[in-house]
Amino acid sequence: MSAKDRSKEGSMKAITANRLRDGEVVFLGEGGRWVESFAEAALFQRSEADAVLADAKATAEREQFGVDIYAFEVVEEDGVPVPATMRERIRTAGPTVRLDLGKQAA
Amino acid sequence: MNHIAPGARAGIYHYDEIDRQFVAERVEQFRKQVERRLSGELTEEEFKPVRLMNGLYLQLHAYMLRIAVPYGVMSATQLRKLAEIGRRYDRGYGHFTTRQNLQYNWIKLEDTPAILHELAEVDMHALQTSGNCVRNVTTDPFVGAARDEVVDGRVYAEILRQWTTMHPEFTYLPRKFKIAISGAESDRAAVRIHDVGLLARRNDKGEAGFSFYVGGGLGRSPFVGKLVREWVAEEDFVAYLEAILRVYNQYGRRDNIYKARIKILVHELGLEKFTQEVEEEFARLRGPKYRLDPEIVEGVRQHFAPPPFEEPPDHSEALERAKASDPAFANWLAVNVAEHKAPGYAIATISLKPAGGIPGDATCDQMDLVADLAERHSFGELRVTHVQNLVLAHVKKDELYDLWKQLDAAELGSANAGLIGDIIACPGLDYCALANARSIPLAQAISARFADPVRQRTIGELGIKISGCINACGHHHVGAIGILGVDKKGTEYYQITVGGDPTLTTEIGDILGPAVTETEAVDAIEAIVDVYLANRTGEGERFIDTLRRVGHAPFKERIYAAD
Repeated sequence: MSAKDRSKEGSMKAITANRLRDGEVVFLGEGGRWVESFAEAALFQRSEADAVLADAKATAEREQFGVDIYAFEVVEEDGVPVPATMRERIRTAGPTVRLDLGKQAA
Repeated sequence: MNHIAPGARAGIYHYDEIDRQFVAERVEQFRKQVERRLSGELTEEEFKPVRLMNGLYLQLHAYMLRIAVPYGVMSATQLRKLAEIGRRYDRGYGHFTTRQNLQYNWIKLEDTPAILHELAEVDMHALQTSGNCVRNVTTDPFVGAARDEVVDGRVYAEILRQWTTMHPEFTYLPRKFKIAISGAESDRAAVRIHDVGLLARRNDKGEAGFSFYVGGGLGRSPFVGKLVREWVAEEDFVAYLEAILRVYNQYGRRDNIYKARIKILVHELGLEKFTQEVEEEFARLRGPKYRLDPEIVEGVRQHFAPPPFEEPPDHSEALERAKASDPAFANWLAVNVAEHKAPGYAIATISLKPAGGIPGDATCDQMDLVADLAERHSFGELRVTHVQNLVLAHVKKDELYDLWKQLDAAELGSANAGLIGDIIACPGLDYCALANARSIPLAQAISARFADPVRQRTIGELGIKISGCINACGHHHVGAIGILGVDKKGTEYYQITVGGDPTLTTEIGDILGPAVTETEAVDAIEAIVDVYLANRTGEGERFIDTLRRVGHAPFKERIYAAD
């Protein structure tokens, strides 16, 4: 199920980390792979997010892939899933004061 | 190591072989630690304190590396290296901080050992920029140049750098520890908001000594530093500070991070009891081992010998002509240039606060330009200020116009030092993992609103300081107008305080009323300014003086009238 479809079911969660080697913000995508774009992030029901997060943490630490791994809330705006908080919106895009930097610049 | 540090730059402490070897060893140690982390030999839990000891944080978008600029003084060569690193390993800019340091925001862990190696080539490092240790000691950015200077703070800041580096008692303090030194009549180092604030003085015999203020600090629980001892002789300088740190190490709380700073200890013990403990420890320590040998002081002082000033006349015809012909320059001269102790010279503040700009940010091209200008006009050295500007401390008056034209062409010529456009702002939620709200956009909006330099001068001295969370990196508590960003159910709000003062008459500002939205905040600041202008007795009465005279009521009434 796509991020857009699943977010329609209600409040969802996505899982994020910083990549160990370079600090890049990454998101847990479909099939347990990490992706750089929030648009490709997998969304999880609140009830399943804790278990997925625990598994992602264990795997990322074992594989030395990511650090500071946590889940955050996603809501739907104009039919598009977006992070619920300003903090996570900034992480998914980049600094609001430097639109030439971060993922938004890509 | 390819060591390219300049051999004899006036005003810059030159590393000896012990310094160089120590820093080189730390770089190699960290290189191995990074390798062990990347290979999985170290867990993140094990690695995190290690990376923090090397100035490497994890922020919102990437790692952030904080480079130490000891007491805010560096050479043109060092600034060029910072520019080079910013281009090669970051995104072409750096951010100067309220601790007179520099931060890069987009660093890769795997690049960090190489960056630290390059820094070491110019006698720089990132040590003591994080962790529960004695942080970079700060001092007056006009040090060695100010006409009102009594004692050169660099000498004692450098002694503290050497004394605290790797000191086993100070590596695992209850919490971070910040020291500031001011050796001038005017406090340009905000000493009383530090864990230890030192006012260097001279007695009737001309001997140097220090007043010790302890327990100042901002953050969640702001306190103004309290006078613990009026006079500590130079020879007891290290012993007395060691006594304070020992008392802190022994009694400071380690069970609660919010109560771990020395300000809480001083507050909870009470000044009398705290002072008694320090004095008893000092009595035990005092003796040959802890006596600061005058020869050591003199040896360090020689690193900071005055540069080879020429003897131009104090009155510069060239300057007067430029002033008369170029009003924008005349304005900058009046606002950003201070008196120098050497005739014919002046101190120039380079504002990193263009109207609508990001406070403290400088592009690598700007850093290169300032390095060039420092070499051409200020004996190859410069300073970082705790209000996030740069200073060229020894500029010939004849050369000020040429300097300003080059600065202005690079958007570094704003005439706003100490005025409403000279805003301190922490990185806030745009970068910082701890922040609750953004600081920079509000700073940009306010400085854009007050962009007119004539209007700024009309308003006069007025410091706005903005923090994106209660940790108060933006010093909002001591802003004449302070702004604290808060999060209310996912929306950014801003709490306004007034009456803060970072100088020797230190005051913590008072909250004016309920927090306002970002848009409302800019209007509220303008309303506060309007009330001030309407109530002041004349241009000589500063905002802070009017506020003290008329109280908060007129300001509150204007802002919250509709509520």
